[in-house]
Amino acid sequence: MARTLIHVPPSPRRGEVIEIRVTIAHPMETGYRPDDQGRTLPRDILTHFECRYNGRRVFAAEMHPAIAANPYLAFTLRVQDSGSLAFTWEGDRGFSQTETVSLQVT
Amino acid sequence: MAIVLLLGRALAADADPRRTGFDFMSPALQALQRDDTQNPALLWVQEGAALWARPAANAKACATCHADGSQRGMAARHPRIDERSGRPITLAGRIDQCRQAHQGEAAQGADGAGVLALGAYLAMASRGLPLAPDSDPRMAPWVERGQRLWQQRMGQLNLSCANCHDQNAGRRLGGAAIPQAHPTGYPSYRLEWQTLGSLPRRLRSCLAGVRAEPFAPDAVEWLALETYLARRASGMALEGPSVRP
Repeated sequence: MARTLIHVPPSPRRGEVIEIRVTIAHPMETGYRPDDQGRTLPRDILTHFECRYNGRRVFAAEMHPAIAANPYLAFTLRVQDSGSLAFTWEGDRGFSQTETVSLQVT
Repeated sequence: MAIVLLLGRALAADADPRRTGFDFMSPALQALQRDDTQNPALLWVQEGAALWARPAANAKACATCHADGSQRGMAARHPRIDERSGRPITLAGRIDQCRQAHQGEAAQGADGAGVLALGAYLAMASRGLPLAPDSDPRMAPWVERGQRLWQQRMGQLNLSCANCHDQNAGRRLGGAAIPQAHPTGYPSYRLEWQTLGSLPRRLRSCLAGVRAEPFAPDAVEWLALETYLARRASGMALEGPSVRP
């Protein structure tokens, strides 16, 4: 499992627009770089990220080889109900990871 | 009275001409380091915290011997004299040694995944503490040797460390600011590396930068330079794992 840093404001008010910040540990190997023997390293990147708020997709991003290692994403979301936020990263070599954070709206 | 106090404080702050690399960075990069929800080095801190508590194959974890709370200050005390060898040892060296002696792990060096993660975790635990390397007299010859290396011109460009980092610090080399090279934020996440790296790795890229052949990986020159740099920066506050361009 890759390490992640997920920042969700602790107790937002109903209707508030909150900023969510996520980082995941990933090398984002472009597929163009040579290793120390001169062989091209195979591509190993994350290709897709999405955030589901109580099962509904509220944010998604496609990622490409020019994105730096350990990609950081920030996006905003208007919160109405308490529930869960599920963050999913997918990528090469069958990479798939989901982290869930519970959200308490006051 | 308040003005005098403020002035006095400003003077006291100015009295120390030493600046960490943080002060030479752009505001955007400074914000990236300051915010723990954005600083990518925190990924390694998390990993280090897990390693600290996770038992190795012989069922011993770091936490088995080291009491909780003892983490604070460990990073600030190194390099210090290793009683077994009588030589200075860096924090990374100590972590690697401890893992081999007590956990039966293989040697990794300063840039091994486990050593980096634990180093980041311990750097975080000492954030804000003044760097206080060992005052043992056996440190002195190493500091001296490191200082000689620091002032030694080398490589095809025939530059010493001091030529840039003492004599031209604060000016620019190409597009980049030249910092004073105080090791207060290692291990450090360099954007150029796209990963966390150790102080020896940073020194190695400086040697490559002046077109000198880097010392062998296990050469004592690294230790001498690290010991000198720690003494040169002693008293400066540790930043925790830093971000650098």
